[in-house]
Amino acid sequence: MSLLEVNGLSKRYGDHTAVSGLTFTVEKGQIYGFLGPNGAGKSTTMNMITGCLSATEGSAVIDGHDIFEDAVAAKKCIGYLPEIPPLYPDMTPFEYLNFVAKAKGIAKNKRAKQVELAISKTGLEQMQDRLIKHLSKGYKQRVGIAQALLGNPQLIILDEPTVGLDPKQIIEIRNLILSLKGQHTVILSSHILSEVQAVCDRILIISHGKMVACDTSENLETMFAGRLTIQLRAKCSADRFDTLIKTIDGVKMESYVMEENGVYGSGEISASGDMDADTLCEQVFNMFASVKIPLLSMQLSKASLEDIFLELTSEEHEQAIAQEEAAQKEKEKAKKGGKEEFDTLGVTLDAEDEEAEEDAE
Amino acid sequence: MKAIYERELKAYFQGVTGYLFIAFVLLFAGIYTMAINLFSGYPTFSFVLGNMSFIFIIVIPILSMRVIAEERRQRTDQLLYALPMSMYKIVMGKYLAMVTVLAIPCAVMATYPLILSAFGNVNFFVSYASLFAFFLLGAALLALGMFISSLTENQVVSAAICFLVMLLNYFISVLTGFLPKSTTGSFIVLTIAALLIGLFFKWMTKDIFVAGLATLLCEIPLISVLIFHKEALSGLVPQIVGKLSLFDRFYTFIDGTCDITAFVYFISVIAVFVYFTVQSLERRRWN
Repeated sequence: MSLLEVNGLSKRYGDHTAVSGLTFTVEKGQIYGFLGPNGAGKSTTMNMITGCLSATEGSAVIDGHDIFEDAVAAKKCIGYLPEIPPLYPDMTPFEYLNFVAKAKGIAKNKRAKQVELAISKTGLEQMQDRLIKHLSKGYKQRVGIAQALLGNPQLIILDEPTVGLDPKQIIEIRNLILSLKGQHTVILSSHILSEVQAVCDRILIISHGKMVACDTSENLETMFAGRLTIQLRAKCSADRFDTLIKTIDGVKMESYVMEENGVYGSGEISASGDMDADTLCEQVFNMFASVKIPLLSMQLSKASLEDIFLELTSEEHEQAIAQEEAAQKEKEKAKKGGKEEFDTLGVTLDAEDEEAEEDAE
Repeated sequence: MKAIYERELKAYFQGVTGYLFIAFVLLFAGIYTMAINLFSGYPTFSFVLGNMSFIFIIVIPILSMRVIAEERRQRTDQLLYALPMSMYKIVMGKYLAMVTVLAIPCAVMATYPLILSAFGNVNFFVSYASLFAFFLLGAALLALGMFISSLTENQVVSAAICFLVMLLNYFISVLTGFLPKSTTGSFIVLTIAALLIGLFFKWMTKDIFVAGLATLLCEIPLISVLIFHKEALSGLVPQIVGKLSLFDRFYTFIDGTCDITAFVYFISVIAVFVYFTVQSLERRRWN
């Protein structure tokens, strides 16, 4: 059974839709990345899953407990670090963690051990007796994460855990998150791709409150690598290049620009279908070799996660999805209304017949 | 609940708020005890409490202004929302911490009648009944202050509104003299009040149906009274408004009347405003 099941989760503020119809499941022991541009609805979704915000529609079920129906039991399974760590500046990390442990209802005999474990996991030993307001942002973030770890929750949700940290701190936090894998399931949100790629097993991309992709980062890459492209530099004219490329099945020239010296040119070709990258390179090489045109460079360009992200969250993609949805609706409508339409058609035909008869008379 | 309670109580004494509150109450208690009991020789301790009740106008906002507003400002409310604990328990924890701070000067003041008894006869029953009423009055005002604090994320705004509400409540019996006493006047004022109640429900629940229902439930009896028992409406508004004064309910104790209904009244006010605070916090979850 999956740990978290989100079904049709939506949030509307008046006319504005922040999140619409999110549906996904989270399996145990993996790290999930929630990726999306600013304002895509990442924080809203996380707030809803953790019960900090109510949903307009839909449900989120954590380990069999619905967050809206059975909130207390569901919240026991979650450790949550909001975008801004919820810290009391006048407490020390030690006091604060003890308070949270108590508030989470951890039994007295386990409390000290849990707090100690959270402190050691997040490397707060040196800082545990300083006031939180005197800590640096990186340490505050760690206290926030330590707080989420208390109570040993199965699901840990971190909202932009590395935002505003320096590169060294980012790596530390990243390692910390990786160390949680296995024992805990982690969902983290970010608008930084490299981070998600480095840490997460599965990536959920959302844009304008809608889920646009959910897969492993490798699968996402291969999914979009369908359009295989190769960048070439050769010693020939554009026309010659084009005719040569055309002789290979399923390959198309995308562009070819002559260099200033008029001898060399560089361009891009793309292959459709499920052609293997190596086979394609081989064919191109053999083709040019057979006519003795030197190929100076040949580089396979794979769609990076960044391209996929930009593509998926772009306006055009949005429109394409909207059109697809509209078409789907139209089809359904047509299916339902098909009979009626036929009937009306029948009536008109009859009417025409009558008219014709009248004319005949 | 205990965790919240302990943290809140500690927070009051980590800063100056708790000490300031206690010092202020005890300072005035000391001044009035000196003036009334020791210098003027009155044997009734309840006069002291009656005279010093105005300090609630100043000290209640000091204690209650940050209770919820501060959580919102520093975004720790997110933690509270994410805790596996009902909002009711969280609010109660916070409220009880405030009441505990209030109980400290009251406990100190409880020794005054004992000290005074060394100089003559003191009516202990009246003294302690009025001290208890004084404590309940403070507790009721704190519940009101907590609700006001839950409406804003700015402590200063919260304190200012709280101060105004306390002031209004203190002078309400004076203000009732200015309210319309005629039948039509009463009807108009009460209709406006019914509409305001409707608006309040609209704001709390975002449900126009509930708001309409609340307004109708207030308005239907009002109209039926206007039709069938017109004379009952005259002078009704000052009477109702006068009943809203928490301070007035307390003053009966000073004269030596132990009014049990006043206890019930104070406890009801506490329950209502704790409930409103919970609703106000839950409402934010919806937005």
